[in-house]
Amino acid sequence: MANWCMVIDLEKCVACQGCSVACRMENNTPVVSPEEAKNGRAIRWNDVFPLPVHIAPEQGEYPNVKTHYATRPCMHCENAPCVKTCPVQATYIDEEGIVRQNYDRCIGCRFCTVSCPYGVRYFNWYAPQWEGTLENHLNPDELSVNGSLEGPAVRPVGVVEKCTYCVHRLVKARERAAAEGRDFRADEYVPACVQTCTGKARYFGDLDDPDSTVSQLSKSLRATHLLEDSGAHPKTLYLAEG
Amino acid sequence: MQPILTAQDRENLVSPLFKFDRQFWMTIAALLVVTLPGLALYVRQLFLGLGVTDLNRPVFWGAYLVNFIFLIGISMAGTVISAVLHLLKIEWRRPITRIAESLTVFGLMTAGLQIIMDMGRPDRLVNTLLYGRLQAPLMWDIASLTLYLLTASFALYLQLLPDIAFMRDSTPENAPTWRKKLYSTLSLGWRGNKEQWTRLEKAITTVSIFLIPIGISLHTVTSWLFSTTVQPGWKSTILGPYFVVGAIYSGMGLLFIAVAFATQYNHHLKSYITDTFYKNLGWIFIVMSFVWFYFTLNETLVVATEQETLEFPVMAAKLFGEFAPAFWGMNLLMIATTWILIALKVPSKPTRNPLFKTATGLVMTVLAVVVFVLLALSLPAITNSILQTVLLAAFIVFFILALLGLTGWFQAHLIPSTVIASAFVLFGMWLERWNILMPTLTHARIIPYTTYFPTVTEVALTISTFGILTLIFVVFYKFFPSISIWEVEAGRALQHGSGD
Repeated sequence: MANWCMVIDLEKCVACQGCSVACRMENNTPVVSPEEAKNGRAIRWNDVFPLPVHIAPEQGEYPNVKTHYATRPCMHCENAPCVKTCPVQATYIDEEGIVRQNYDRCIGCRFCTVSCPYGVRYFNWYAPQWEGTLENHLNPDELSVNGSLEGPAVRPVGVVEKCTYCVHRLVKARERAAAEGRDFRADEYVPACVQTCTGKARYFGDLDDPDSTVSQLSKSLRATHLLEDSGAHPKTLYLAEG
Repeated sequence: MQPILTAQDRENLVSPLFKFDRQFWMTIAALLVVTLPGLALYVRQLFLGLGVTDLNRPVFWGAYLVNFIFLIGISMAGTVISAVLHLLKIEWRRPITRIAESLTVFGLMTAGLQIIMDMGRPDRLVNTLLYGRLQAPLMWDIASLTLYLLTASFALYLQLLPDIAFMRDSTPENAPTWRKKLYSTLSLGWRGNKEQWTRLEKAITTVSIFLIPIGISLHTVTSWLFSTTVQPGWKSTILGPYFVVGAIYSGMGLLFIAVAFATQYNHHLKSYITDTFYKNLGWIFIVMSFVWFYFTLNETLVVATEQETLEFPVMAAKLFGEFAPAFWGMNLLMIATTWILIALKVPSKPTRNPLFKTATGLVMTVLAVVVFVLLALSLPAITNSILQTVLLAAFIVFFILALLGLTGWFQAHLIPSTVIASAFVLFGMWLERWNILMPTLTHARIIPYTTYFPTVTEVALTISTFGILTLIFVVFYKFFPSISIWEVEAGRALQHGSGD
């Protein structure tokens, strides 16, 4: 079994937010009004924000200023706090290391959203809606596991949702390989953000395969994790700037 | 056991239960007026989603969770009073065991409501049974709450049993048939023979022994809801015992208020619930307030001293930031409470010193409140100026003078003072829960700091919750005597025994 992992090279990232938009289109994340977004209700499975978060984004004095940005999908932690605290196993780590969400089982207690150190989990405060023509461009894909919705089809009000490394793409790629009567290869599947990344700053693959790009990059001296000390053993890797 | 109850007792304790007078219906109507708007807004929340609250990312939990912990907390009263005092065979507990135990049950019932209000999908509540993970803290809480509610209800029923039989035997002739039926069914054929009394005594003792660890487990598990998420400000081993102490403290506060309310409602009860109860439980109240201060100091001092990068912003928000009014307000309420409680224990001497006049105290109280509000508003003109220091100093002087001035009044009015102190404790403990939840939730690790203030829906539902709690209390005590008749009887029998 593969151990899927993403590597984000912050040196190459230009903070264009292309990953955020690609993710939104691929996963049908609802849009909210500017007022709601200001109140912290925006849903961005893949967020782009200045680092460090709690001080002014520009550091130093003109002309010697610098700004750091980070882009943040789910960390797909190996010791995921969200999985540990979910009372109904609506979120779980599958055998390929992806932290998945069962939208039909979630009771909306928001324990996982509180326990996630990275804030990658989002709650549907209202029933999702799209303005005007946006509604005509929803991704028709739907992933069901044992009759429970897990894929990009629109989620109901009152449940938690999160980045799934576009797991429906993995299922589709497997099905295609099976239909063509051949073995599935790890490079047949990447999440939408990786596919779209302007600066080619994102890499995706099997961390357990010693020859894969991600596993080569994981040996880099620049390789690090976000909040390494959170105790969650995050998997998504960052290549630090500088 | 010889019956020691007089006809007067029967008149005092049973007759009011069959009188549905104007006062009763007015109380019910007032409570419904308070409760219904919240229920209407809850229906709206059901249809629209939790977006009608001010909850956001990262403040995923808000007023409902604060109310939940608060209600869990006040339910501790019954366990402590009935179980601990029963096992220690403390006599003055007898008249108030009934109210104490019922508060546990009602508190837990309304606490359960909060969880349902807070759920995004209350229709999927059954999933906790179908797919419940016993490794998840929330499941511990659900399990503990259910067990506690069942045990406490059982304890309450056991305690009620002889009184239900007493009601069955003393129902007035003109009482409606269904009430006669109700008592005869619920009394389970209680005849009050020796065998039955022995068994009841055994059962109550056994349940009391079980109630104590179950009660402590619920309060501890509720603290684990927070400390098992690794968020800054909650990563604390002290949180468990801190919650237990806070629970006992606020539970006693509610008990004092409930007892005062019940005696006010039915004046005859005053001959059963005497000042001794207020005086004796007052001592435990004082002890709890000191234990509470001890924990608060521990919790605050360590974090404030180490100034760790993630933990300290949370603490700073409480000490000097946007949560300072709530944090210092809580501490000041508790200081005032402790002062009142201690003043009640010190014999007073009339004095001519104008410092100790009630009028001075009232003026100083008003001044202190005004200055506190000025400081709490943190107006830009005041913040970080000499004026702030002057106001702070003035506040401390006014606060001390207010307490000194009112001391004489407190000492002269035992029950009103205890009720005021209890109200301070209840409000202060609600703020304490707010101060535990909100600073951490608004100061997440890598999400920009945010704010949270309850919306109309959340405020209305909070009011509704306390309306429901009072409503259950009032209706329950229209059917069952609010003091334990058989315990009073037993107490008298013991006194007679020692008198002979």
